[in-house]
Amino acid sequence: MSARDNILGRVRRSLGVSGGDAQRRAAVVSRLAEAKSGLIPARGQLPREERIEVFAKYAEKYGATIARVGSIEHLPQEVSRYLKSNNLPASIRMGEDPLLKDARFESEPMLTVISGASDGTDVAGVSHARGAVAESGTLVLASGPNNPVTINFLPEHHIVAVRAADVGASLEEAFAGITATYGKGEMPRTVNFVTGPSRSGDIEQKIIMGAHGPRALHIVIIG
Amino acid sequence: MQITTPNFKENATRALGDAALQKALKNVEIGFIAKRLAAADALPEFEALRDNARDIKNHTLAHLDLYLEEYEKKVIASGGHVHFAETAEDARAIILDICRKRNAKTVTKGKSMITEEIELNDFLEKNGITPVETDLGEYIIQLRGETPSHIIAPAVHLNKDQVEADFRRVHTHLPPERDLSQHEALLNEARQVLRQRYFEADVGITGANFLIAETGSSVIVTNEGNGDLTQTLGKCHVVVASLEKLVPTLNDCAQILRVLARSATGQDMSVYTTFSTGPKRADDPDGPEEYHVVLLDNGRTAMLGTEFQDMLRCIRCGACMNHCPVYHAVGGHAYGAVYPGPMGAVLTPSLSGIEVGGHLPNASTFCGRCESVCPMRIPLPKMMRHWREREFEKHLTPSAARYGLKFWAFFAKRPKLYRAAVSVVMPLLSVLGGTSRRISSLPLAGGWTKHREMPAPEGKTFLQAWAEKQAREGGR
Amino acid sequence: MTDQPSVGLFVTCLADLFRPTVGFAAAKLIEDAGCRLEVPMAQTCCGQPAYNSGDRKDARALAEQAIEAFDGFDYVVAPSGSCAAMLKKHYPGLFKGDARWEARALAFSAKVHELVSFLTDVMKVEKVESDFAGTVTYHDSCSGLRELGIQAQPRKLLSSLPGVRLAEMKNSDVCCGFGGTFCVKYPDISNAIVEKKKATIGETGADVLLAGDIGCLMNMAGKIKREGGRTEVRHVAEVLAGMTDAPPIAGK
Repeated sequence: MSARDNILGRVRRSLGVSGGDAQRRAAVVSRLAEAKSGLIPARGQLPREERIEVFAKYAEKYGATIARVGSIEHLPQEVSRYLKSNNLPASIRMGEDPLLKDARFESEPMLTVISGASDGTDVAGVSHARGAVAESGTLVLASGPNNPVTINFLPEHHIVAVRAADVGASLEEAFAGITATYGKGEMPRTVNFVTGPSRSGDIEQKIIMGAHGPRALHIVIIG
Repeated sequence: MQITTPNFKENATRALGDAALQKALKNVEIGFIAKRLAAADALPEFEALRDNARDIKNHTLAHLDLYLEEYEKKVIASGGHVHFAETAEDARAIILDICRKRNAKTVTKGKSMITEEIELNDFLEKNGITPVETDLGEYIIQLRGETPSHIIAPAVHLNKDQVEADFRRVHTHLPPERDLSQHEALLNEARQVLRQRYFEADVGITGANFLIAETGSSVIVTNEGNGDLTQTLGKCHVVVASLEKLVPTLNDCAQILRVLARSATGQDMSVYTTFSTGPKRADDPDGPEEYHVVLLDNGRTAMLGTEFQDMLRCIRCGACMNHCPVYHAVGGHAYGAVYPGPMGAVLTPSLSGIEVGGHLPNASTFCGRCESVCPMRIPLPKMMRHWREREFEKHLTPSAARYGLKFWAFFAKRPKLYRAAVSVVMPLLSVLGGTSRRISSLPLAGGWTKHREMPAPEGKTFLQAWAEKQAREGGR
Repeated sequence: MTDQPSVGLFVTCLADLFRPTVGFAAAKLIEDAGCRLEVPMAQTCCGQPAYNSGDRKDARALAEQAIEAFDGFDYVVAPSGSCAAMLKKHYPGLFKGDARWEARALAFSAKVHELVSFLTDVMKVEKVESDFAGTVTYHDSCSGLRELGIQAQPRKLLSSLPGVRLAEMKNSDVCCGFGGTFCVKYPDISNAIVEKKKATIGETGADVLLAGDIGCLMNMAGKIKREGGRTEVRHVAEVLAGMTDAPPIAGK
């Protein structure tokens, strides 16, 4: 008997069931297949502009800064402005994400763009969030060939672009979006829900920003 | 860790006399409670979400065998490995084997209570592998050779100056004249020291807040980002999780996430909630090459189907200890076990036996504040009482208490005898109270009179006085 | 008089033995509310000490005794949140698997009320008569608060007394450290908890500390007396009934 069989056997003995019970199995299969959403707080379920306002309110509550630009071509300028206003070098780490490519960072000639995963030396990183969650001010970032996870955590300043149209109401909407992209039950290697910059309260419960991840999170809403 | 639960009373007395600890414990009372309340009050759906969270876990536990099978299938399909571990020893052996295959010299660790439960750090060190705790609180207590005193705030028993002293003792490569007087400076120093360790690590070990059967994902919920660096920069990601972390779907997970951070720290969401599914994909620029999940039983399957099954709903938010007057008084280390506070008082006897953990379910006033804030609505006092019943059945209750109780019950079950006895005893006690109306010491009541007076009874019992009054008034 | 509801007073063992005044105060409040009161002589203790010490057998025996002693009343009222919760919330569970007794315990449980909430919630008492005057602070005893939801009721009746000013203590909903046998099993921890409680009581500057449970009151009073505090300690029923002639449990 393997450890696996022993454990599953003990679960069944303790519950007084058998693994072959068709009714129990059907309950599990249908729950996984339907994957129904539960109670969704009203707070984020609003028309688009109000939803974006709620998103911004919570993101700011948790220490993020917010900018909004009319279209993706304005992102490079906003990035330059952010770096300059924080006295940071004009250099960013960025993946090859199509939206970020569309931004055409060449328009900011003074800005150095280094592509690929972060090696821990970058001061600022730029990412594209595939979605956002209004109810808690949360960004949704998915890993992939053009979206290194390290950019979300290693640079001291994390700048994240999110389309206004991708700001959803709830966690459930974010999951629905992922399912739509990757297929039912499928996920990219990493999905990061990010709500504000890194922090720790481990010393005397005093909250200090920038524990291991970014000290600052700047969100640029596009559109 | 060395389980010192049988010495709980001595531990507690020591803790009560420890001025630094008492100062640090004030942070628990002041910080967590108000933040949780504000977050719960700000979400009108909070109570209904608690119901849903409870129901989701109840459903999962009732079908745990099947969800484990489904979850395993999905992990394998995404390129990961699942290892079943019946005991702590089995889990340690599995993890060591994974580390050895990668020739690991150092492993970084995200904060994980399960690896505390299986005492992984000591074991890895004995086998020539250096474990590096990366959560700030865990890092601090690792430097001190301590165990966590709180499940989400491991170093809550310490004050800033103690942390400064530890950093100066260990970080000898840094200039001694540096200023570490501020919290920020301490955090920055830990950040700087640990940053390099992530890149050096061969294996990154994390726990999991949830395992999702629908997708085969493991989920960690953190504020620092250390868990993410641990699992992204290590070439191999090992998740250690107990069986009851399973939930069916992402949407189920969303329900519980909404009560988790609010109950723990009063945040709407923790800073980082990360879903990890398998190893890095072929074209991914970063992420681990290998992904392993070690599923630990260690006594949990024996709780299923018993009056302790509800405990398996626990999501380790820490709200019960944050609101516990006993925890506030003595802190987490006095409990002498991996899990302190009310949830520990129920879980410790399950994991280590009631013979070892017996004090903990007794060391509760049954004030019920833990249950009132538990996001999963776990009836903690009820389960502590169940442990007291098991103890009583096994004749483990201390004999003085047992005989005292039996003596009292003998009379209480015989109302006429009881009346006769108390009508003699209470007036005597009343006389003993003298004009000050108090009794400062009384045989067999030393536990009471050690710290307080015994208010003297008024004299006659109520029933005596009432009967006399009725007789005087000729009955009404 | 047949339209008057009949009430059996479960006086509780601590009030019976240590504080008969509370029994008389409860009796007066219940009668003033328009009930016919009786005090069954076969009552002793609700069984909570046994129940919370893991002794289910004795707890059940005492539960049977109480249920039989209080057979036939419209209501069973206790001047204690903790004992009322035992009768109301925990008795039925003691009879799980014994259909006849379980049904009986459930029927009994439905009739049980804590004194102050019985007055306000069942008898719809809006105000009481009492000459008592002074500044009081009120401690919410845990069982009454969390098992029976007693919080607003005593404050409502206290506010109906023109001479009473309520000065709320910080954390009035936090345990006083009594916990039944807890306070003798773990005296040092209990002491640390009641010390905090004593401090928050002192901060209010109230003349009188009130609560609805003798156990908690004896604990807090014992601490206040030991430390030479001047705060008077009384059961809330004594003030509501205007029966404050007896010396307080602690105080001047």
